[in-house]
Parts: sequence; C-alpha cells; structure tokens
Amino acid sequence: MQKITREQLIEKAAALLAGGTVTAVLGWSKGEFDYDVTPAVFHTAEELNKDFVWNDFCGANFSKYLVAKAAKEEGKVLVFLKPCDTYSFNQLLTEHRFDREKVYAVGIPCEGMADIAKIKEICGEGISSIDCGEKIAVTTIYEDEPVMIDAKDVLAERCVNCKSKKHVAYDELMGEEGTVIDSARFDEVAKIEAMTPDERFAFWQNELSRCIRCNACRDACPACTCEKCVFDNPNSGVENKAPANSFEEKMFHIIRAFHVAGRCTDCGECSRVCPQNIPLHLLNRKFIKDMNEFYGEYQAGEEVGTRAPLVNYTTGDIEPGEVFDRRDTDA
Amino acid sequence: MRKCSLDSVNSVFAEIAKAAALYIPADRTDGSAVYTKWEEGVVWSKALNTVRSPKDFFFPQMENLMEFRTSGKNIEIVDTRSEAEDFVVFGVRACDVKSFEILDRVFLTDPVDSYYATKREHGAIISMACTRPSETCFCKTFGIDPAEPAGDISCWKTETELFFQSNTEKGAALLAKLEGVTEECTEEAVDAQKEKINAVMAKLPLADVTTEGFGGGKTKDYFNDPAWDELSEACLGCGTCTFVCPTCQCYDIKDFNTGKGVIRYRCWDSCMYSEFTRMAHGNNRLTQKERFRQRFMHKLVYYPENNDGLFSCVGCGRCLAKCPISMNIVKVMKKIGGENK
Repeated sequence: MQKITREQLIEKAAALLAGGTVTAVLGWSKGEFDYDVTPAVFHTAEELNKDFVWNDFCGANFSKYLVAKAAKEEGKVLVFLKPCDTYSFNQLLTEHRFDREKVYAVGIPCEGMADIAKIKEICGEGISSIDCGEKIAVTTIYEDEPVMIDAKDVLAERCVNCKSKKHVAYDELMGEEGTVIDSARFDEVAKIEAMTPDERFAFWQNELSRCIRCNACRDACPACTCEKCVFDNPNSGVENKAPANSFEEKMFHIIRAFHVAGRCTDCGECSRVCPQNIPLHLLNRKFIKDMNEFYGEYQAGEEVGTRAPLVNYTTGDIEPGEVFDRRDTDA
Repeated sequence: MRKCSLDSVNSVFAEIAKAAALYIPADRTDGSAVYTKWEEGVVWSKALNTVRSPKDFFFPQMENLMEFRTSGKNIEIVDTRSEAEDFVVFGVRACDVKSFEILDRVFLTDPVDSYYATKREHGAIISMACTRPSETCFCKTFGIDPAEPAGDISCWKTETELFFQSNTEKGAALLAKLEGVTEECTEEAVDAQKEKINAVMAKLPLADVTTEGFGGGKTKDYFNDPAWDELSEACLGCGTCTFVCPTCQCYDIKDFNTGKGVIRYRCWDSCMYSEFTRMAHGNNRLTQKERFRQRFMHKLVYYPENNDGLFSCVGCGRCLAKCPISMNIVKVMKKIGGENK
C-alpha cells in the first residue's frame, strides 16, 4: 500500500493548476480493471477527479514522457516522480533532452509497485477487482471471497531490489524522504557470471530467443531517446523489423545495452514492458556492475551533469589488458 | 463425439504425432505458454492461452520468399519454397480459430498468397473450449462463442476428461486415426460444460463491450474525433499490440544482400512503427496519433467495410494484457463508440 494517497496527489495537482504554476499534469489514468493504468496528461481538476489514480500499479516511469510533453505544453508540466524515476529525470537533463524550466517536479514516496503477473500466479485469471489496502485484496469472477495478498509477495522484481527510496531531483517533495538502499540487485548478475561460458550462452539463448522485436524495451527506455533509432533507419544498413536468426536477436539487445551503458539508471522499465518476460535489465546491470568494479561506484542520474566512466578518461582507469585478464579469475 | 481421460491425453498426442507434426501449448521457463512441437515429455500447459498467437503457423514473423543468385552476368531466381509437411495445432481457443477466417480473407483472396495457402492446406486445427476465461477476454463482442470453438476438431475439457467432435473432412479423418485411444460417448457432459462456460461469460467484466456503432461506412464519423489525441497520448509506438495480435497481418518485403545474391524475405510489420508503409515522399502518417488511429480504424471500420461487416478483432485480450501502457482496443471502443452511439 502506498503511504501517500490519491486524494493528496489530486489536491496538490489541482492547487498547482489553480495557482497557475503548471498548466498540465502528467499522471496515471484509471483503466478497465484496477491494474491497467495508463499514463495521461490532465489539464483540469475535473479530469483529475474523474480519472487520476495512484495505487500499487503506477509503475510507469514518466521521465521520458517529459521529452515530448514539456516541449508540447505551453506552460509548465507537473510530473509526479517516484524515487527511481528521479534518476532517469536527472540523466535526461544531463543529456539536455528536455527544458528543466518547463517542468515542475513533485517527488512522491513509493512503497514498491505490484507485478500483476505475480498476482495472477496466486489468484489466477478472471480478476474483477483489486483493492490496494493494508493487504492487496483480489476478487475474481470465480471465487466469492477476495484473496488477500501481502504486497511484498507480489512486488515487481525491480522493487524487490529497489536501489533507492531517496529522490535525487524535485522542486517539491511530498511525504518523507527515504535513503539510498544497499540492495541485492547485483546478486542475479553474479549468479550468471558464475556460470560457465556455455551455460551463460545457453541462458541468454533461451531468454533472448523469445524476443519478437516489438521494440517495447527500447521505446519505454528513458535512456533511448534518439529521435531516429539506427534500427528504424532504412539508410543505416542495420535496420531490421524481425530477428532473422538467433544471432541477430542477441545482437540487438547486446548493442542496445552497450549503447545505454553509463546512462542506464537501472529503472527496470525494459523488463517491465517486455511481453515475452525477458529479464533485459540483467544485461544493463552487468554493465553497471562492471563499471562499478572497473572505475569505482557510479550511479547514472544521481546528479545532473556528471560524466559516465566510459566517457570520462582518467589516468587511474583500468587498462584493457586487466579487463581481459580478469576473465580467468571470474566473469 | 469421442472422449478420452485426461490421464491418457499423452497417448492421444502420441497417436496424432504419428500422422503429423503436432504442436501444443506448453509452458516455457518464464511461466508463459508457447506452441511447442510435441514429443514425449512435453506437457500441455494449463495457461488460458499462448502469448504468441497461432497465426505464426501460417504467417510466420519472418519467411524467405525467393532468392536471387548471381554469377558473372547471370541471375538465377531460386524458389525457396520447400515441400510442406502436414501439421496439427492442438488447443487453439475459439478466438484464435476465428482469426484464421480474418487472415484467410486477406491471404486467400485473389491474388492468393501461395506461401500462406500451402500452410493452411497442410495444417489441421484442434480447438479447445475455454473453461476459465480471463478478465481480458471479450470474444463474445465479436460473436464468438468460447463454448463452441470451430476448427477441424473441437475439444471440451472437464475435470477428468477430454471430448472430441470433428467438424470438417480433415477433422473426421484425423479423429478416425484416434479410434484406438478414444471412445465413443454421448454429449451430456459437453452440454453441461457449455452451460458452465456460458454462465462464466456473463460474469466477465468486458461482457458489455459492443461493436454497435462500428463497421463499414463509419470513417467520417470517427476519423476526426478529438478523442484520438487523448487515446494515443501515451502510446510508445512499439509493436507489441500488433505482434501479439492474432489478426494483424501487415508485412514488409525486404531484400537481404548475401554478397553472392539476394534473399527476398518478408517479415511482420507494424502500423505503429515510424517506417511503416514508407512511400517515395516519406511516411504518410507523420504522428503517433495517426498511426494509432490507423490500427483501430482498420480493425473496426476499414476491414469490416471490405469484408462484409466482419471485424478484424477476435477479443483474445492479448493486447490488453501486454501493452506497456495498457492502452487497447476496448478502451478505444468504449471512448470513441460511447461518444458517438
């Protein structure tokens, strides 16, 4: 259950609209069910009261939407940012992808978001309502009584391994500020590193062979903001709409991971949106883990204007040979 | 009508597999179901449906159409089609069976698409009535009865048994081969099962979604509806909805330079993509709103206009479950249709 309420957020948004601080609100809009929340732009208190929602299913990271919405709206856009979203926010500012003056950011606390797939593992299909109270109460058309679920049992993977409850950017903060968490997010990477090369190849072969090249990972990724992706450009020579073979499908994801290395904040949107449940975030985490080990701890988006290790030469940098030798000791 | 016990379903699979390659929904390592070639040890999934639709069997995501080989000044044109084998797809839901009719109207009308036609001729469909539909299901909206799935053979599953009814010559021939592993039975248990399904269907949250107001001749009513702005506002422009859709049938044809010639192939395309149907002057749909509108107008207006009122959606619910921003055809129908009814 979230500590801050829908009503508090609507009150805040309505006040900022009424006072003229902002002219639009980027928020979550209710769906057909209680979990299919859609990002939306609200312009009036009436619209907010009618459709705005804030619950355990508001996982979408709004930072990337600011690239288009801040440019489109005449006035300022109010954006609600969960702690992890603020890292993407800063990273996009570092890359000059939106006008900071056009945005009013309100940091909101987050207790972690629920994964509907995990809920369905417990209660099955046919959900008629979900009530996010102290426990998550799920009613289906097949049972009279709701199933009561502990929110921590159905947390999205990225929330289980939440890296920070602290907001690194905002104009205004609602609720209490949290702290950076010493999470176990690299444990899964370490497990893959511990595999033999053949096992590791088989692992990724199995995962990536499911890819249907819908590009949802890229399109949701706050680090992927190229106006024309090389894979969409017929003149690039590498444009492809379908994975022609298993080599191509792997290359797409590996190249994308390289491309966002040092810029990926580990927000986890790639894995959240993948229709084929490919754990894409693990590729990015591998790069983050390696960079931490090679160049010292670095968190993309922690501050605006920092240079990622890969584009910031220092004389203390690891020699390529050392990286090569390292493969004999571990990964 | 014939039946077998669920305990002996593997012997039915084995019998079918003797006659043709058999594909059944089986669980993958990530927990979702995918059509998998049956062999001893492959277990029939309990999932309601597969993430990828069975359209893949007839219209694969990527297929080679022909090859050009060059040597000196000569070009050899190679027909890359190979002799097709018979195959059977087991466990296809009523919604997905209906999708084949929608695809047929595209690929089997003149000029007939021989690649698709061959696969259709060689494929047999064993459908499966639904027992526990999801909240995302709305096949009834399109006149589909999940208790009466079409296909060459229809199946119904109860707690303990599996029932078979053939609907076509192809189905009858296949069912005849299963005589040793099935037994003749009455229809009572199946009738009871159908009643159960109908009772569940009435309780589904999307039971009231209607096509009323949509169909051919409605282009002018909806094309300039201001609601498209709001509906498409958050669309990422990814291809998830189109690629999991059992009725989306757009493709691109491209040439791949092998160094010694060219392989001409086709692959699924998505109207959500910025490079879709590019013309000499560029793209005819410059904004995501226009691309988004195209997808839904095609399913709800243009396709029925050209196909005797048949809508090109079957209510399978895949896009509802998979869209990264949870925008989908139900929300579009309720918003656009609701306003204009």
